[in-house]
Amino acid sequence: MLTALDKKLLEEIAELHDDPPGAFNIRKDGKGVQRRSLEGIEIRSKEDQPGIDVLVAPGKEGSVHIPVILTETDLSDLVYNTIEIGENADITLVAGCGIHNPGSGSARHDGIHRIIVRRGARLKYSEKHYGEGEGGGKRILNPKTELVIEEDAYAELELIQIRGVDNTNRVTEAEVHAGGRLFMFERLLTDGEQTANSDVVVNLMGEGSTARIISRSVAQGNSKQTFNPRLLAYGPGRGHVECDSIIMDQSTVRSVPEIWAENADAELVHEAAIGKIAGDQLIKLMALGLTEEEAEEAIISGFLK
Amino acid sequence: MLKLDNIYLELVVEGRSIPILHDIELDFQAGKMYALTGPNGSGKSSIARVAMGIYQPTGGKVFLNGEDITAMGITERARMGIGYAFQQPPRFKGMRVVDMLELAMKHSDGLNCQVLRQIGLCPDDYLDRTLDNSLSGGEIKRIEIATLLAQNPKVRIFDEPEAGIDLWSFEQLIDVIGDSHREDTTTVIISHQEKILNMVDEIILIEEGTVSMRGNRDKIWPQIKESAQCSCRRSCRLEEELYADCPR
Repeated sequence: MLTALDKKLLEEIAELHDDPPGAFNIRKDGKGVQRRSLEGIEIRSKEDQPGIDVLVAPGKEGSVHIPVILTETDLSDLVYNTIEIGENADITLVAGCGIHNPGSGSARHDGIHRIIVRRGARLKYSEKHYGEGEGGGKRILNPKTELVIEEDAYAELELIQIRGVDNTNRVTEAEVHAGGRLFMFERLLTDGEQTANSDVVVNLMGEGSTARIISRSVAQGNSKQTFNPRLLAYGPGRGHVECDSIIMDQSTVRSVPEIWAENADAELVHEAAIGKIAGDQLIKLMALGLTEEEAEEAIISGFLK
Repeated sequence: MLKLDNIYLELVVEGRSIPILHDIELDFQAGKMYALTGPNGSGKSSIARVAMGIYQPTGGKVFLNGEDITAMGITERARMGIGYAFQQPPRFKGMRVVDMLELAMKHSDGLNCQVLRQIGLCPDDYLDRTLDNSLSGGEIKRIEIATLLAQNPKVRIFDEPEAGIDLWSFEQLIDVIGDSHREDTTTVIISHQEKILNMVDEIILIEEGTVSMRGNRDKIWPQIKESAQCSCRRSCRLEEELYADCPR
């Protein structure tokens, strides 16, 4: 039975209401609490380690929600999920983790996802992190995503963390095969004493493989962010990495994009920028009647949209 | 409606105080259209920025409908009905055209998204575009003008609206600025374009940080033309002396 707090967390991370559409698996405080498989989308518990397998049949269309919530303090939850999207299937997968830490101990979730997008399939993957709690205990999220995009398949990753998470170490590794395409959009806002690290490695394996990685972040307070996106081409692939950060207050942002090609027909580009909100942007919005704070908010929310 | 009373402006650049404006005495009436013209660097945009509250004058006062607004900031002045379309509008990553128009309409009676159509941009094509480097200079400038039209303030200041805009759109731009001007609106256009100077009630010539001449088109235009030609001849002569042994 889900409590009002559980429902609030699920709403935050997965926009899930009473009756989620499609297949789903809800994990709470280290245990699976609700699950629904559908024809062509099977969700089953792993036998050898904590976590689930999500198996999507070839050609299947639909959505799968696999959110995780933590509502206890002094809790460390480690989960291994394997997701296989069958050939030519078209799936929207919503993961994400919401933590309500009521105490002074830490609440931590390490989610390790292995995702295989089979030949010709399409996956839209969204992972949102959210944290709250009045006890002062740390809220820690360390997601690791391993992604294989087979020939002519497409995957879109949307990774969002806006406030509330004290420490995060995110690792994303992708292998993109011939004709495969990856679009990854990471959005992050940290404040206070929060820290966030994101390591991304994308390997372009075959001819016509493409990857576009966009990372947008805002660092406020004394928070610290590090980005290390690496794009490697072993064949004639094309890739673009873009890291863009707004730095505020006493925060620190470190951005180290790397591109690496082992093929003369590869085309790789990286861009990285760190800067404060421009004065003329604030003036423009204030000249529309917004206060300076409202203008700042509008600029940040647009930037992270 | 908007009155600049004996405005002086000095700006500090790299620790040095530079005089920008002096003895500015201007009274913009409701229902009238004005053009501020003059050479580059003469202080036209600075006058607009003093009116909008972006620059605080070193001396003098700014009045709106008789109320002293000199100490008021940009936000308050915008809410009181002053609007300013930038000469070089800033770009915003992630913010869409529709977001900007909604912000513009938040504190005014506003129009609607048709303002885009009025300045020659199809709303279906542009509402969801982001105001970043993907838009050309001309597009961003037209959106800036549409934003001011959406804001629909009582005092409208357009800073070189024609800059970067193609000729066809320019004709349309003049029409839309003229058509949207009302009895209770004051329109001030900073411009060098003869067509704009032709459409206003009064032309104000700004030179070396102050008003050097004002009047209607027939009075001012010949003077501007002559002055422009003179300064061109002067600089050409100077160049001739400096580069006497020009290889051409």
